[in-house]
Amino acid sequence: MHSTRVDGNALAGMLESILKSDPTMLVVTCGGCGTAATLAEVVVELDEVCGIVLCRSCTHTLFTVMRDGDDVRISFAGLDSLST
Amino acid sequence: MIVADWRPARVLEVVPANTHAKILRISVPGWPGNAAGQHVDIRLTAEDGYQAVRSYSLASYGPDPVIELGVDEVPDGEVSPYLVEDAQPGDELEVKGPLGGYFVWRPGGEARVQLIAGGSGVVPLIAMARARADAGGPPFRLLYSVRTPDDALYRDEVMRLAEHGIDVTWVYTRGGPPGWTGPIGRIGPNALAAATWPASDAPDVYVCGPTGFVEAVANELVQLGHPAQKVRTERFGGA
Repeated sequence: MHSTRVDGNALAGMLESILKSDPTMLVVTCGGCGTAATLAEVVVELDEVCGIVLCRSCTHTLFTVMRDGDDVRISFAGLDSLST
Repeated sequence: MIVADWRPARVLEVVPANTHAKILRISVPGWPGNAAGQHVDIRLTAEDGYQAVRSYSLASYGPDPVIELGVDEVPDGEVSPYLVEDAQPGDELEVKGPLGGYFVWRPGGEARVQLIAGGSGVVPLIAMARARADAGGPPFRLLYSVRTPDDALYRDEVMRLAEHGIDVTWVYTRGGPPGWTGPIGRIGPNALAAATWPASDAPDVYVCGPTGFVEAVANELVQLGHPAQKVRTERFGGA
């Protein structure tokens, strides 16, 4: 399946379903290198059903978001923290 | 905060923006309004139930329940070919939003604003320029990079931004308009520095476009001394 490299802005709709508020200003800290950035700025490899979220500094996979119809699921991989 | 889910919506108007892009005005009953720079997710459902979702920036802002998208066709895409080639007034689709609080400009601040667009990345910046034109506010500049003049979205509106005190610089990467004597090609650090507010003015910078364009421009801006947190970016993949 074809994926495109976008950023965390593109996940706002999917993540709002779970987080119940705007996720783009959340600060994401990488568990690999410690880089902190807003969710809007992370690298996202996005296809029809899945967004793979990568640290912009070290490309460590932070978490994965999956869409199945109206259902959205987050799978945390190398996330150190997710904070406001 | 109440988070809206998918809202039924209806296409009201489809206007050509250039040979490969359309402006769509879509009625969204119950739309709560949006800030300049926000986006929506658009969901299409095929007769067999197959669904496809894509994010599109809004050129509109404010309380109006008629939202406006500027959509560039992505060859081999699943949603944009329908929106650009097939969508007709009366068509139904679903809208989720408004989305995103990061890539947003709100009137009332004093910081100068630098807008930088590549291709259809101009759409959310048009919303910001409209908000600035309506409300007044700090000095704005727009740098708009397109392949040729015919590839611009909102070309006429961008041309008229000067009437609202918004300074516009065009960058042509493949070919300029008749009589153009300026450079042709991707913008380099010197030209970027010349066409944008300097870091010493501490502008709020908004960069939107294809991923490669945004990466290159954002990196150059940081090299020019802009703090990374003052350079807000939105990438939509593609070319």
